Amino acid sequence: MSYILDQEQLDGLEEALTTDLMTLGIQSVILIDMAGNVIVNLDDGKVRHDVYSLAALAAGNFGAVSAMASIIGEEEFSLLFHKGKSENINFTKIMDDFLLVSIFGNDVSLGYLRLKIDEVIEKIKGLINRLQSS
Amino acid sequence: MAFINTKTKEVQVKLVFVGPGRGGKTTNLEYIFKRIRHRIESDMVSIKTQGDRTLFFDFLPFELGAIKDYNVKTQLYTVPGQIKYNATRKLVLKGVDGIVFVADSLVDRRESNINSLNNLKDNLRFYDIDIADIPIVFQYNKRDLATEGMPILDVETLEKDLNARLNAPSFTASALKGDNVIPTVKKAISKTVVAIRKKLL
Repeated sequence: MSYILDQEQLDGLEEALTTDLMTLGIQSVILIDMAGNVIVNLDDGKVRHDVYSLAALAAGNFGAVSAMASIIGEEEFSLLFHKGKSENINFTKIMDDFLLVSIFGNDVSLGYLRLKIDEVIEKIKGLINRLQSS
Repeated sequence: MAFINTKTKEVQVKLVFVGPGRGGKTTNLEYIFKRIRHRIESDMVSIKTQGDRTLFFDFLPFELGAIKDYNVKTQLYTVPGQIKYNATRKLVLKGVDGIVFVADSLVDRRESNINSLNNLKDNLRFYDIDIADIPIVFQYNKRDLATEGMPILDVETLEKDLNARLNAPSFTASALKGDNVIPTVKKAISKTVVAIRKKLL
């Protein structure tokens, strides 16, 4: 199985993530699929993460957490957050196959970020729903 | 689940090394990493137990070149081979585009090879994939042990046990010495890319 996103969809995703999340002052945001592929990768120009390794680990991590949820009788844990000393990561599942990874410092409010993530997810769903799956 | 990015002209392909525990999957990736590390930016990522066994996966991304103006970014993964790690093994197979089955040539690992292949079939079925429909290459590893007097299975037996129905490409190899490691992965990538290429044409 493979899937294709066209220029218009990718531009739309980048624009939505830039407008709704990057303007909050977060370090980077990566939209990936659950296979670990990187769909959109945006950063503030100050960081240089190994995005492909990060995506593979994020997809694996989220998959592991979902499997744990299933073992204890939960359908899923749709939110996952790791707090560091100065940097934090928030994972949000989008539909069944996509994951939004946001990396941000302590100067960004987690509550406000989550609010904005909820907004941007609706836009992302609209764009991805036009996916040409094959 | 290969992702085709029409904006950056990039195709991302996921290739997974599977096979019985201690069969040489991680050694394959370590050899490939040693050979290509001078031209890739990433490090090889490994999630291991304290005993140095693969707990979740090893991961190695690299760019392969271009097909039809699209850069092919190949992501190599291994799964843990031990029976008890099936939950994580299944997770790594999500979205797989191609498979390298690394079989252990040692005589006393014959049953482990067969069990591992059956487990792979089950795990693929979980994702609605028939093993006959996915690009797969077999590697009969540890052939170098014969020179040390260790009893190893002959290729005909391995083919009959594992590849009789699939009739996929197969290679004898020594991951430790690097023999036939690169040809194995090249074949697996080319089979996978051919399958994806049809979608680009």
